[in-house]
Amino acid sequence: MTKGIITSIVSNLITIKANGPISQNEICHVLRGQISLRAEVIRIKGSIAFAQVFEETRGIKIGDEVNFTGQMLEVELGPGILSKNYDGLQNDLDKMGGTFLRIGEITEPLDADVFYDFKPIATKGDRVSAGEWLGEVKENWMNHKIMVPFAMVETYEVLSVIKAGDYNKDTAIAVLQDEKGQKHEITMVQRWPVKRAISAYKMKNRPFEILQTGLRVIDTLNPITEGGTGYIPGPFGTGKTVLQQAIAKNGEADIVIIVACGERANEVVEIFTEFPELIDPRSGRKLQERTTIICNTSNMPVAAREASVYVGMTLAEYYRNMGLKVLLLADSTSRWAQALREMSNRLEELPGPDAFPVELSAIIANFYSRAGVVELNNSTTGSVTFIGTISPVGGNFKEPVTESTSKVARCFYALSQKRADAKRYPAIDALASYSKYLDYDEFVEFADQHIQEGWVNLVKKVKDIVQLGLEAKDQIDILGDDAVPPEYHVNFWKAELIDFGFIQQDSFDEVDMSTSIERQRAMLNRFYKISVMDFPFSDFQEIGSYFKKLINLFKQMNYVPLDSNEFRKFENDLDLMLQPYATPVATT
Amino acid sequence: MKKKAFQRIYTEISAITKATCDVRAEGIGYQELAWVNGRPAQVIRIVDDLVTLQVFPGTEGISTKTEIVFSGNPPQLNVSDLFCGRFLNAYGDPFDDGPPVEGEARPIGGQTVNPVRRIKPSHLLATGIAGIDLNNTLVTGQKIPFFADPDQPYNSVLAEVAMRAEADRIILGGMGLSYDDYIFFKEIFTNRGVLDRIVSFINTSEDPPLERLLIPDMTCTAAEYFANEKKEKVLVLLTDMTLYADALAIVSNKMDQIPSKDSMPGSLYSDLARIYEKAVQFAHGGSITIVAVTTLNEGDITHAIPDNTGYITEGQLFLKKDTYTGKVIVDPFRSLSRLKQNVIGKKTREDHPQVMNALIRLYADAMQARTKKENGFDLNDYDERCMKFALDYSNEILAVDINITIPEMLDRGWSLFERYFEKYEVGIKEMFIQKYWLGTADM
Ligand SMILES: Nc1ncnc2c1ncn2[C@@H]1O[C@H](COP(=O)(O)OP(=O)(O)OP(=O)(O)O)[C@@H](O)[C@H]1O
Ligand SMILES: [Mg+2]
Repeated sequence: MTKGIITSIVSNLITIKANGPISQNEICHVLRGQISLRAEVIRIKGSIAFAQVFEETRGIKIGDEVNFTGQMLEVELGPGILSKNYDGLQNDLDKMGGTFLRIGEITEPLDADVFYDFKPIATKGDRVSAGEWLGEVKENWMNHKIMVPFAMVETYEVLSVIKAGDYNKDTAIAVLQDEKGQKHEITMVQRWPVKRAISAYKMKNRPFEILQTGLRVIDTLNPITEGGTGYIPGPFGTGKTVLQQAIAKNGEADIVIIVACGERANEVVEIFTEFPELIDPRSGRKLQERTTIICNTSNMPVAAREASVYVGMTLAEYYRNMGLKVLLLADSTSRWAQALREMSNRLEELPGPDAFPVELSAIIANFYSRAGVVELNNSTTGSVTFIGTISPVGGNFKEPVTESTSKVARCFYALSQKRADAKRYPAIDALASYSKYLDYDEFVEFADQHIQEGWVNLVKKVKDIVQLGLEAKDQIDILGDDAVPPEYHVNFWKAELIDFGFIQQDSFDEVDMSTSIERQRAMLNRFYKISVMDFPFSDFQEIGSYFKKLINLFKQMNYVPLDSNEFRKFENDLDLMLQPYATPVATT
Repeated sequence: MKKKAFQRIYTEISAITKATCDVRAEGIGYQELAWVNGRPAQVIRIVDDLVTLQVFPGTEGISTKTEIVFSGNPPQLNVSDLFCGRFLNAYGDPFDDGPPVEGEARPIGGQTVNPVRRIKPSHLLATGIAGIDLNNTLVTGQKIPFFADPDQPYNSVLAEVAMRAEADRIILGGMGLSYDDYIFFKEIFTNRGVLDRIVSFINTSEDPPLERLLIPDMTCTAAEYFANEKKEKVLVLLTDMTLYADALAIVSNKMDQIPSKDSMPGSLYSDLARIYEKAVQFAHGGSITIVAVTTLNEGDITHAIPDNTGYITEGQLFLKKDTYTGKVIVDPFRSLSRLKQNVIGKKTREDHPQVMNALIRLYADAMQARTKKENGFDLNDYDERCMKFALDYSNEILAVDINITIPEMLDRGWSLFERYFEKYEVGIKEMFIQKYWLGTADM
C-alpha cells in the first residue's frame, strides 16, 4: 500500500507527499503516536494528495506518517444496523467508552456476538446476481434479506446455502460460483462506498403512492410519495426539527433513518430518550426498532458532516433492496453544504455564489436523485423517500442551498416566520408550499382509487378557498372592516376555519399529532361542504364570532379519537350550528 | 501558561501581518502554543517548514529578528479549586492581584461529549425573574443568548440572573468588556458574598481583540472541570459573543480567507456551535448551562452573528423597556426558551403552561388596545381592562427587579385574572379555573 508524509496543515485540510499511486476519495490514516486519524483524499496534484481529516487536527506535525487504504469511504451493511446510534462515519456510539469522544476512536458498526435466526431463500443451482436474496434473518421484527453483495457484478451459480439456524454475521451462509469457476463465500456482511449509489435493481419507477406522515398539511394538501423527495426550508425556530421528528414518529415507513447533520446534540438526545418508549401504531413495536440514527452534531468534526448524509443514504438504499419502504430524514442539509464550502475555501477554489463551491447544485441534485421507488429483480418494490431540512442564511430562501434544492426536490414545505410567530403550527405556508406529485397522472389515479374519486381536484378547490380568504384579508386590511361587503369577511373566515381546523395540528398532543388519511378525507369533505355554504350575516362581528365558535368545535374534535363519544357530541353540536345554513340560499 | 526551559527557540521571522507572523521551524504541532518575543501566539497553519502563528496581542513592533519559543502543547489552563473567586485573563493568568493558579494543566477546547452519554435536559433552573421562569423557563444544560441592543442593561440583567440562579458555580467569560462593566461584575460578586462560587476570565475592551478568541474555551474548560469532575451545576456567562465573532473575522481576514455574509468567516456556524454545544446535562447530575449575550446591530437579527447563533442555541431572550411602566422586562413576545416544554407543567405546577399563555395573550390584547388608542380610536371596556391589566402584569410580575418563585408568579397571575377579567375571557381549562380561581372551588 502507498504511504506518505504530511507536508502541510491548515485546519482540517492536510497535504501528503505520497510514495505511490493514490486515488481520488481514497481513505488514508494519519498516524499520530498510537492514534490513527481517518482522512479522505479530495484533490491530487502530482504526488501530493490533499485530504480532509475527519477528526480534529490539533497536534499533527509535518512529517507525520500516512497510510493509504486503496478504498473509498465505505459502510458495513448487514443485520444489526437498526436501533443503532452511529456517528457520521458509522462508528457505533454506544460502544465507545467514556463520557467524551476520543480522537481517532473506531468502533464496530455491527455486532459479532449476536446470533440471527437465518432462513434460506435461494437454493442450490439458482443463478443470482448482485442484490438478489440468498436468505433472510430476523432483525428486530423485520425480515432482513442477506443479498449477493452489490460489488459482485457477474451472474453466479448458488453452490450451497446454509440450513436454517442461528448464526452470527460473519458466518458463511452461502457459496457462489462465478462464470470462471471461482468460488465466493458470502457472509451476512458486505461493504459499499457511500458516495456511489446502490443500483442492484431492475428499474426505477415514477413514484405514485402516498407516503402517509400523519400531518394533514402534508398528506392532503402537499402529499409526498413513497420514493419521493421533499425539502423543508425555514428560518431558525420555525419548526423544522419538530416537523421532522413528527414525521419520523408517525411516517408510514418500514424503516426510518435519521441523519442529525450539524445540529444540536440535545435534539438527538430527545430521540434517544423518546424512541425506545414510543410505540409505532402500525407494528405495535417500539419506534426505536425501526429507526437508525446517524449523528454528527454541530460540535463533532465538520468533515464528517458530508460523510454522515451519504452514510444515511447508503443504509437507506441497502434496506430498499430488501423490498422495504425506507424514510430518510436529514436535519440540516445546510450544514453539509457549509462543510463543503469550508473545504472548498481552504482548497482556494474559485468560489460560486455566497462562496459555496460551484458544483453545489450538482452535488445536491446527485444526492436527491438517489431516492426513489425501485422494482427489484424479483419484481418486488422498495423505496427510499428523502426529506431534508434547510437552514437558509438570514431566513431568506434566495440563497444557493435552497435554490439548488428547489430544482431537484419534488415537494416543498416552506416554513413561515409569520406563522411561527403567530404560533400557527406546523408553520408550513400551505399555499407557498407545493407537491409536484399532485400533478402526476399516476398519483391522481392512485388517489381516485385509494382515497376518493376526484380527490386531487377537491384538494385544489380547498386550496383555492384558502387563497380566496387571503385575498379577502388583504382587502379588509386595506379598506377597513366596515368598508368591505360582508362576503369578504365570510371568505376570510372560511379560510381561517380551514387553517385552524385542518392545517394547524398539535404535534405534542397524543391524538392530534397524527391523522389517518381516512380521517383527513372526512375532514376535507366537511370543510369543503362548509366553504360552499352561504352565510348571510350582515355584520362582520357576527361573522367573526360565529366562525370562532366553529373553529373551537373543530379544534375540540381534533383532540379526541374519531370513534369516541366526545367526538360524536362535538359533531352533533357542529351540525346544529350549521343547520340554519345547510341549504344554500339562492343568490341572484 | 508558563514557559519551560527545554523548548525550541527560533529567531528568524519571514513575514508579518497585523495578526500573524511566519517562521521556519520544524517538529511543530498544529495549534501549538508559542511566544513571539514573549507574546502568546498559536500555530494556525503549517506548510512544509513554514509555520504561521496567530499572535494574540497583535504584532505591533515585532521585528524580523525576534525570539520565538514553542511550548510543545496546545493552550492549556491549570484547573483546580484554587481558582474560585479569581479573575483571570485570556491565558488563565491572574487578571487580579493574586498569585498564579496552581493546578492540573488541561488543554482548552477539549473533546466533545458523546451524544449517547448525555441526558435530556429537564431540571428547572429558576432565576426569580418571571420573564424567564414563567414565560421562558430555563433548564440546566441549556444554551440561550440575550439578543440585546448595545444600549440595553444586558450585563446587569445577566449578573442578576447569575446571582439568583440556583447554580453551584458560575464561570464568567468577558470579551471586550468595558472596564466599568468589569468593575461592576467584580463588585456585585463581592457585595453579594458569592465570590468563592465564581471564576472569571476577563478580556476588557482595552485588551487585544484576538485574546478574546481564547476566552470561551478557557471558560468552558473551567466549567467542564466543575461540572464533570465535581458534578456541579455550572452556569457559564459569556458576554459579548458578538465581539468574539468580530475577532474571528479579523483572523480569517488576515489569513486571506473568503468571507461569507457580513464579512464573517464561512466557518462561523461551526465556530460558535463548538462553544455553545459545551452546554450539557451529565447523567451524574453535573451540568453546564450557558447564558450568553449577543449584541445586535440596530436590532437586526438577520445579521450573520445573531442568525448563526439562533440556529445553534435553544431559544433566545430579548430585553425590552416597557414604556408605560418604565420597567425593564424580558420581552414576552419575541423571547423563546425551546426547552421549557421539558419542565413546565411537569416539574412546575400543573397550571403553569395555561396561565403563562393566557397572561401573554391578554398582554397582546393590551398592546393592540394601546395601538388603537395611539391611533386615536375609541377603546371599549375590554380594551380598558386589558390596558390596566398590562400595567400590573408588567409591574407586579414581569419587571426584572422582582424576585419571586414560580408558584408566586402563578398566584399573582390568577389574582390579575380575577382583578380584571371574567372566567370565560381568560380561556383556561375548566379544571384549573375550578382549582385556582379563588372562591370557585367552594361554589
Ligand atoms: N408543531 C409545533 N407545535 C408546537 N410548537 C412547535 C411546533 N413546531 C415548533 N414549535 C416550537 O418552536 C420551537 C422551535 O422548533 P424547531 O426546533 O423545530 O425549530 P427549527 O426550525 O428546527 O430551528 P433551528 O433551525 O434553529 O434548528 C420548538 O421548540 C417549539 O417550542
Ligand atoms: Mg432544528
